[in-house]
Amino acid sequence: MPAYLARRLFQSALILLGVSFITFFLLFVLPADPVRQIAGRSATPQTVENIRRELGLDQPFVVQYGRYLWGLVQGDMGRSYLQKTDVSTLIAARLPPTLLLMAAGIACELVLGLAMGMVAALRRGRATDNVLMMTSFVAVSAPQFVVSLILLYIFAVRLGWFPIGGYGTWHHLVLPAVTLGILGSGWYARMMRSSMVEVLRADFIRTARAKGLTRRAVIFRHALPNAILPIIAMIGIDIGIFMGGIVVVEGVFGWPGIGQLAWQAIQRVDIPIIMGVTLVSACAIVLGNLLADLITPFIDPRIRIR
Amino acid sequence: MKKLLASTALMMALGLPALAQDYTPDPNAKSGGGITVTYKDDVATLDPAIGYDWQNWSMIKSLFDSLMDYVPGTTELRPGLAESYEVSDDGMTFTFHLRAGVKFHNGREMTADDVKYSLDRVTLPATQSPGAGFFASIKGFDAMSDGSATTLEGVTVVDPMTVQIQLSRPDATFLHVMALNFSSIVPKEAVEAAGDDFGHNPVGTGAFSLAEWTIGQKLVFQKNADYWRAGVPYLDTVTFEVGQEPIVALLRLQNGEVDVPGDGIPPAKFTEVMADPAQAARVVEGGQLQTGYITLNVTIPPLDNLAVREAINMAINKDRITQIINGRAVPATQPLPPSMPGYTADYAGYPYDPEKAKQMLADAGFPDGFDTELYVMNTDPNPRIAQAMQQDLAAIGIRASIQSLAQANVIEAGGAGTAPMIWSGGMAWIADFPDPSNFYGPILGCSGAAEGGWNWSKFCDPAIDAEATKADSFNNPDDPARLAMWSDIYQNVMKEAPWVPVFNEQRYTMKSARMGGDDSLYVDPVSIPVNYDYVYVTE
Repeated sequence: MPAYLARRLFQSALILLGVSFITFFLLFVLPADPVRQIAGRSATPQTVENIRRELGLDQPFVVQYGRYLWGLVQGDMGRSYLQKTDVSTLIAARLPPTLLLMAAGIACELVLGLAMGMVAALRRGRATDNVLMMTSFVAVSAPQFVVSLILLYIFAVRLGWFPIGGYGTWHHLVLPAVTLGILGSGWYARMMRSSMVEVLRADFIRTARAKGLTRRAVIFRHALPNAILPIIAMIGIDIGIFMGGIVVVEGVFGWPGIGQLAWQAIQRVDIPIIMGVTLVSACAIVLGNLLADLITPFIDPRIRIR
Repeated sequence: MKKLLASTALMMALGLPALAQDYTPDPNAKSGGGITVTYKDDVATLDPAIGYDWQNWSMIKSLFDSLMDYVPGTTELRPGLAESYEVSDDGMTFTFHLRAGVKFHNGREMTADDVKYSLDRVTLPATQSPGAGFFASIKGFDAMSDGSATTLEGVTVVDPMTVQIQLSRPDATFLHVMALNFSSIVPKEAVEAAGDDFGHNPVGTGAFSLAEWTIGQKLVFQKNADYWRAGVPYLDTVTFEVGQEPIVALLRLQNGEVDVPGDGIPPAKFTEVMADPAQAARVVEGGQLQTGYITLNVTIPPLDNLAVREAINMAINKDRITQIINGRAVPATQPLPPSMPGYTADYAGYPYDPEKAKQMLADAGFPDGFDTELYVMNTDPNPRIAQAMQQDLAAIGIRASIQSLAQANVIEAGGAGTAPMIWSGGMAWIADFPDPSNFYGPILGCSGAAEGGWNWSKFCDPAIDAEATKADSFNNPDDPARLAMWSDIYQNVMKEAPWVPVFNEQRYTMKSARMGGDDSLYVDPVSIPVNYDYVYVTE
């Protein structure tokens, strides 16, 4: 186990290094000059050159990337070009809201998705199954922006149950979390349904039924723990997709998370922020996958880590 | 030496450049209360040497003051931290007499040393100020810019209440420059105490001070009880909430939670809002110093052919484009917007005449038209506007493919000179200060045509450039002879047709029912969207 962990951590570090290189390179070759964004429209050529030199953006790619990595190793994520503040400060200010929304959003999508998937599996082939699977299909393919606005309009503007965007109390959290939950539940519903259907056909379920267990006991004690297994690994993988949705949802609900930060930084070519947010997100995804792999053997003793 | 006094009557009598009648305080104004303003984008910085964004420009105006200022709701200069000033006869030396007893938010009194420190700071390359170039006419600027000096030679502290600024060339716009945010007076000790982060710890002399800033969420401005202008501000607090989509901000305004949506009425909702009399009554309309235009790159064939550029000018149906944005603009004939001094009201511009345009194109050797590209920023309504232009061009045989890109990419292509045509919407050009010269140098002059400049048509006419330099060498910016020169300059530019001037946008500011103050404060040409120092709430 320790050897496995060490190997996986090493692999993770390599992946992060690769992500940092690719992102940095893409930003370097992008046909948009960050200095022009800082200098603005009235700057003289001399001002532009001065700013370029001050930021070290006149250096070749290797030097710039080397400097960035060297800073990173020392725990320095650089300074925002436009905000003139440490990137770590900016991300630290925005990470807690994003983590809160992520936790609430994942909880919502799990509850919704697993429930839908289970009911659909138990009612396989009937109208309930068809309706639920159709719903999950719509949820998976619905544009995040539209769903967010519809929920905002109905529950905040029309009914007034929740505030119209913002951050602070649990009231503010409900709508964005439910939006993310609805959007993500489709995946889980489909996964859960097929997993459950498979388990329900298994021999040990037939045995359990033959033993004379109640239907409730068969489903909750025998079928559910086994059917849920593949879903656990999926949560880790889902984090990547989830981060994409969070950018849009944070925008609509005025949620002050790193999605908003990233979006604005991309508009203004603020490279240190883009790099910082990309690396933090990549860390989350890598860690998510790692955790999923580490947890699986505890749930299913058949899987061993070597 | 001409002495300029604050008394308007005396100035008139002496025939000196007149400063405007100062603002008359609103007799109905009530003190107290607070308002909430929203913006979509976060506030990057409140450092007056750095801030150059839509949302932080007016915030910085309320936190800081400069030597000069504008009468609220107008484009007319008035003295700010300088009580009075004198200009030498050759227009090369400005002597500013500072107002006594002005205190920074940290309680210290402002002196002439602070003025010198602030001007040094903004021009020092290490500050990375986007506005450094505005100070190019001050003596010693070049030495600052190339790093050989650390203080501006031309700025001298005469005594604690007097500063003298020497120029290296006459600059008619100098007093406007002294009213820019970049010229704000900052206290040295506060800048140094904040380390690298004055932008998040601003200290000025302005009507408000920063009380609270939760990054990415909100900023709270608090009334400066010691403000040197008597009676203002009226509001106790101004709260800025950031990260709010314009459409969400509008819903919240309708719900009574927001007083001013800083990004305006979203285009998709404009018709709906204006159709409702109750809401339309709370919308204030005004002009702004903006022109939207198509640049025609004069270095890329066949746009290097004058007849082709003229034909394109006659092919664009400006009335229809104005309709596309719900009539929120007036069709333009020339680079300057109508409310700018120097605008030529009787210049008709190129008429809309696709038949003649087609004929001209054929005469120029393009009977079958040609293929070209039209660059445009990818946010609504710009791609829709570009499509209308594409159809207009197609009507005379020009096949323009639309390159709809992010703002930074369009600006890059424009600066590099690789874009044949660019629709300027969402990027250019709003005046930095109300003077006709501000529409020339960076966007039509030879200096702006250099690699990376904002003169995207790469138009450079040395004869017109020489005229512009002459016009800017006047002592008095409002001299009728100077304004007549600028009028001629822009008409001569239009003879070369490097642009298609398309429209001048109107501004529409929406406010909550409880907000008071003259309408002009809500379409203030300098403090956009609202002059926070002078508005008030009625309940």
